[in-house]
Amino acid sequence: MDQATQLEIDREKGNFRYETDYAFDAGVGLRPATVDYIAEVKGEAPWVREFRHKALKIFESKPMPTHWATKDLEAIDFSKIRYYLSQGQKPSRTWDEVPADIKKTFERLGIPEQERKFLAGVEAQFDSEAAYSRMKEGLSKLGVIFVGPTEGLKEHEEIFRPWFGKVIPTSDNKFSALNSAVFSGGSFIYVPKGVKVKQPLQAYFRINAENFGQFERTLIIADEGAEVTYMEGCTAPKFETATLHSAVVELVALKGAKIQYITVQNWSNNVFNLVTKRGLAHEESEIRWIDCNIGSRLTMKYPGVILKGRRARGEVLSIALANDGQHQDTGAKMIHAADETTSNIIAKSISVGQGRSTYRGLVQIPKHLKNCKNNTECDALLINANSRTDTYPAITVRGEGNSVQHEASVSKVSAEQIFYMRSRGLSEAAAMSLSVNGFINDLVREFPMEYSVELKRLIELEMEGSVG
Amino acid sequence: MSVTLAETPAPVAATSPALEAVFQAELAQAREPKWLADSRREAWTRANLDGKISESGIVVGKSDERWRFSGHKGWSLEGALRAKNKYAGKLPDIFAGGHPLDCAGKLTYADDILAAQTPVSAELARQGVIFLPLAEAIAKHPELVREHLFKHDHALGGGKFLALHQAYARAGTFLYVPDNVEVPATFFVTHWAATPGAALFPHTLIIAGANATVNFLDYFGSVNTTSEAWVAGAATIIAGSGARVFRKSVQNLNGHTLSYQDDTVICGRDSDVRNIAVHLGAQRARYESYSKLNGPGSNLELCALTIASGRQEFDQRTFQDHAAPRAKSNLLYKNALLDESRTIFAGMIRVEPGAEETDAYQQNRNLLLNPAAEADSLPGLEIQNQNVRCTHGATTSRLDPEELFYLRSRGLPKNTAYQLLVFGFFEEVIQRVENEALAELLRKLAREKFGK
Repeated sequence: MDQATQLEIDREKGNFRYETDYAFDAGVGLRPATVDYIAEVKGEAPWVREFRHKALKIFESKPMPTHWATKDLEAIDFSKIRYYLSQGQKPSRTWDEVPADIKKTFERLGIPEQERKFLAGVEAQFDSEAAYSRMKEGLSKLGVIFVGPTEGLKEHEEIFRPWFGKVIPTSDNKFSALNSAVFSGGSFIYVPKGVKVKQPLQAYFRINAENFGQFERTLIIADEGAEVTYMEGCTAPKFETATLHSAVVELVALKGAKIQYITVQNWSNNVFNLVTKRGLAHEESEIRWIDCNIGSRLTMKYPGVILKGRRARGEVLSIALANDGQHQDTGAKMIHAADETTSNIIAKSISVGQGRSTYRGLVQIPKHLKNCKNNTECDALLINANSRTDTYPAITVRGEGNSVQHEASVSKVSAEQIFYMRSRGLSEAAAMSLSVNGFINDLVREFPMEYSVELKRLIELEMEGSVG
Repeated sequence: MSVTLAETPAPVAATSPALEAVFQAELAQAREPKWLADSRREAWTRANLDGKISESGIVVGKSDERWRFSGHKGWSLEGALRAKNKYAGKLPDIFAGGHPLDCAGKLTYADDILAAQTPVSAELARQGVIFLPLAEAIAKHPELVREHLFKHDHALGGGKFLALHQAYARAGTFLYVPDNVEVPATFFVTHWAATPGAALFPHTLIIAGANATVNFLDYFGSVNTTSEAWVAGAATIIAGSGARVFRKSVQNLNGHTLSYQDDTVICGRDSDVRNIAVHLGAQRARYESYSKLNGPGSNLELCALTIASGRQEFDQRTFQDHAAPRAKSNLLYKNALLDESRTIFAGMIRVEPGAEETDAYQQNRNLLLNPAAEADSLPGLEIQNQNVRCTHGATTSRLDPEELFYLRSRGLPKNTAYQLLVFGFFEEVIQRVENEALAELLRKLAREKFGK
């Protein structure tokens, strides 16, 4: 059979869109006036507006990081992007208040009614502004704050301001500066001392307007001994021109706290997904990123943990799947800044067709530290003859009793395995799919139930027709 | 055989008139064939592009990924590029008192000037083996030299150094072993840095014909511990079909020397090439190793041992370029770090689309023996073919306290136990040289590093 027809994947599957009326629209392009407009609409305090303006200047002064990153970044035309859109609503508290057309989109997205009831404080983000958010009675009684950034900085300034922009400074990189200038939407979460949130907090992000970039801002603070899991899932309809998504996510785990942040990213493959994610782990705390990238045209995302307190622990578990026309440039950063800190990175990538997956890592242990440990494993699986994978880790170690190990391997699906399964009556595609799911199975198991099911389904979908 | 003398040099835009004058003077004095003089002028222009060479040295781009983690001080060339005088003192014999090395031929240079020469035996000469000082080979075998000299350029970051090398390199070795000739004994070449402020550009060109066997040793050393020097060397190994080439190099320059070395290996069909490099000396040493597996079924082994002490910086960049199917490459770089030293290992395995059934391995092991030492590791993979097996591993750690405890529980004093473990770490590489005289020398040099 012809290779080209075999590789054809039905991209129309996610291609749906409903007409929406945008109550606020900052127009196309980025100018100081755009920033003023956003600040005005949101009714922000002067310090936030100033923060945005400063960020805009930094964004303009920073060059594209193309000396190490892909030249594909140059395809982004910042003057053709819409930086702010809103329904002009306050975040809704109950499902009934959510407009009917938005509900329709979510229905199509397949968030089951039961899941909505089960999962605590679901906040679904529709374009820039949270379309609806709801928190279980019990959670707010515990003192857990789960709001958008506008509300967070306005109503709970004393809680969020001290950490806002502190884990990821505006000048960290060009795209964190961009986000700092035009952010809207996202989640600000505060979990008080000793509170263990049993059910995961969840938000579905979604973009649904042509030429529209989404710049959500998330800040999660887990106070001493608190525990929280946050889930972020994405799906986007298909557009004709490239669109930009550039989020900033900051996590702060105070002494003994645990934060787990789970992402399933499935943007349509014309989206530039350039995200900065970093956690600050204090003494004996634990921050865990579970990151899964299936969609987008180009994803550049390296979740990091700054291990600031003694015995802090950081972990990144990452799965990437790159299909035709996709480049998954993902990885992890572990900055050890205290004694006896440990970190673990496990990254698995699958390249299908002409897809390209890249692992980029950074592990740093400076000289004054003792007994720090890092383990890094990255495995790549190549499905087709023209698939591509790259690995670029960077490891710096000094100090006493520190140890680092890094391993990477690249392999293909074993022909014997496929032959065996075929001899048992499975079709080649089914055998391949089974094999690929086996490759990532030990990581998928780390995901919450509903995500691992969704993930397996997504991977099967991507693998369809890739055998050749 | 016609040798055209160099024409009057065309003016080039050099940053420094003094350096320009030295270059032109040496070029005129060398009386080289036109093709070579032209190539040197071209290289000199290339080295001077963007005005980044001057007496204050070569400036390295800060945002250049290929120089990531490297110290950003310029590579000072101060006083280095000037006319050389013959060194009158005595040159050390590195194998003195130890196991003698079985030599097929010997060349000794001091400050790029030929000091001693042992030609190959009449029998080898009869078989067509050519082992000559580079300048002599250019005069006697211009066609053969022209075919391979300065033909390989890569992008590992040291382009300026390589260009400077190509403009100046006249000292060194040309070795040609014809098809089906096997030479089990070692061709042994020594380059000494002698007078203070000398600039050395040692070159090694090894051409092994089909099914030929070659053993080669390059030794770079300093005659004293005080003289500053600037060394920019390059070696090219071209292995024909089924050739077996085993090259070893030892860099033991003194702690005031800046060293740049480029090793380029081109592997032909079914060839078997081994390149082992031992790095002990210099204040700052950059080593670039580019290997191209050009022939199907070729097999390459790259191995390095670095012992860093004081404030030494060793910067190693390697590239395993798999361009042909069924080739195999295996890299092992071991670094031991004492005091406030620093090592950087940046390795890359690239598998090109047509290179199916590639089997490539890359391993970096760093042993931190002092908390103030720093090891940077950048192991990389770029794979464009799915039918491959590629892995890399990098570890950095101190000595295993349990192993130390075990040895001490058997009655060994702490220092002895420590040394046993550290030297055990080196042995993996030392044993691979498969030459008793050299292994003994390496053990002695390693001990000297610890004796300070």
